[in-house]
Amino acid sequence: MAIFKSLFKRELLGYFRSPVAYVFIIIFILASVGCTFFIGGLYESNQASLNPFFNFLPWLFLVLVPAVGMRLWAEERRSGTIELLFTLPVTTTTAVLAKFMAGWAFLIIALAATFPLIITVNYLGSPDNGVIFGGYVASALLAGAYLSIASLTSSLTKNQVISFILSVVVTFVLVLVGWGLFTDVLSSFLPLPVVDTIASLGFMTHFMPIVRGVIDLRDVMYFLLVMGSCMTLNIITLESVKAQ
Amino acid sequence: MIKVDALTKEFGSFQAVDRVSFEVPKGQILGFLGPNGAGKSTTMKMLTGFISPSSGSASVGGHDIVADPLAVKSMVGYLPESAPSYGEMTVEEFLTFIAEMRGLHGDEGTKARNRVKETCFLGGVWHQPIETLSKGYKQRVGFAQALIHNPPVLIMDEPTDGLDPNQKHEVREMIRRMGQDKTIIISTHILEEVEAICERVIIISEGKVVSDASPSDLLRKARIHNAVTISFLNTPPGEARETLRSTEGVLDVEECENGLRCYPSNGKSIVEPIAKKVQDNGWHVKKLQLEKGRLDEVFRKVTLGQ
Repeated sequence: MAIFKSLFKRELLGYFRSPVAYVFIIIFILASVGCTFFIGGLYESNQASLNPFFNFLPWLFLVLVPAVGMRLWAEERRSGTIELLFTLPVTTTTAVLAKFMAGWAFLIIALAATFPLIITVNYLGSPDNGVIFGGYVASALLAGAYLSIASLTSSLTKNQVISFILSVVVTFVLVLVGWGLFTDVLSSFLPLPVVDTIASLGFMTHFMPIVRGVIDLRDVMYFLLVMGSCMTLNIITLESVKAQ
Repeated sequence: MIKVDALTKEFGSFQAVDRVSFEVPKGQILGFLGPNGAGKSTTMKMLTGFISPSSGSASVGGHDIVADPLAVKSMVGYLPESAPSYGEMTVEEFLTFIAEMRGLHGDEGTKARNRVKETCFLGGVWHQPIETLSKGYKQRVGFAQALIHNPPVLIMDEPTDGLDPNQKHEVREMIRRMGQDKTIIISTHILEEVEAICERVIIISEGKVVSDASPSDLLRKARIHNAVTISFLNTPPGEARETLRSTEGVLDVEECENGLRCYPSNGKSIVEPIAKKVQDNGWHVKKLQLEKGRLDEVFRKVTLGQ
């Protein structure tokens, strides 16, 4: 546990050692707030809810989360510090979890930095703050699931750019299969049960209900399952590629 | 302290390490010698628990590297090749991190940090990010990192690679000092280094141990070891060659740029009988030189089978 804590601390502080963290948080706030007001039309909708904000998050995260996760393992492998790390008394599982958790904590910090939006809608009207809280929890889960994919692809290569592209593609496919517009196209030539099965694999299918205020434990489980499987694969790949 | 038994590592069909066996007692400085790609680094990576062997076994301080890798890692200080570290951290931050990972917190950690700060001469760069340091300092940070938990076993992969002669000297002094109470394995392809610090040398070639001896024993394997070179004032007299060849203990006589070189028949000293021959025949000799043998000659002999 002490080992986990030390590694977690190093990784999390590591984000703030370079300007990348600040650039990331500022871009994230500008982009998410910009989408909410200008494209999402928060004012025009005349509704005291953060739906316009949450609607854009799966797309924003699509680019931003892989940018956070791409260096997790690719950089360790490229610079050779992976040899240093794994000759310290730490297991692969602990290392994978600590690095992932640190990245996730960083994303949650960035997410929390959008709190002025909550104040704004509360000032303008009386939103259901329970739903907003649920939306933030769903967003954190979504960010975690994206990050677990990025962490996995990052362990597959020494090149951060390749790692970034791979995780964007994988994540994009998983967003797409649950996206309403896409499933509409599918259902025009596929039987409904097949379309439903495909859609149930997608992020949107499980993200949107929570944002709308319907909390189903199965949706939460979906995100935890994605993270769990990616972490497991991550540990397995690291065991086999770390020597190369 | 370290026991290696038929350790083997295959990468696909490539046999990187092939049934390597040796033992290192406590307090010995062992040099790992071999051409590039001979399997030195791979062997070290297995001993430090970084990669697992394909077959065979090894233990450090009684802990098996496969069954109990964490115990092995706690006992070993490891300096990987080219001393990788997290460049964006300052020396202090980096060593604090390593100390914490080694279970040294609070006062204990501070004490350990101050100790390596002194032994590795890091005081002047303590608050600088590692990526801004010169290669010599990065290497010292690597040392500090390997030493911070005062491990009984030290494994270092080419510790003096890329350093200037002064730094090399400094590092060797450091290793020699540490060798008094630690078991040390260093790999290198710098032969003078082995002569300077190691008590024992293992030469690895194509994944196999081809020689295991002390540096002086190794030198004895050189053909030139204990040969005597005679430099004549003028050209050597015609009968000199034959006279020398018939001297007791001389195997062969060859011409060399300074005169004649006499090789001993079984590595024994032949200085006295030759000096006597020179005197008896009244040759005008400028210099009589006893050859020690050169490690690079032995190295080529055992690694290339020459």
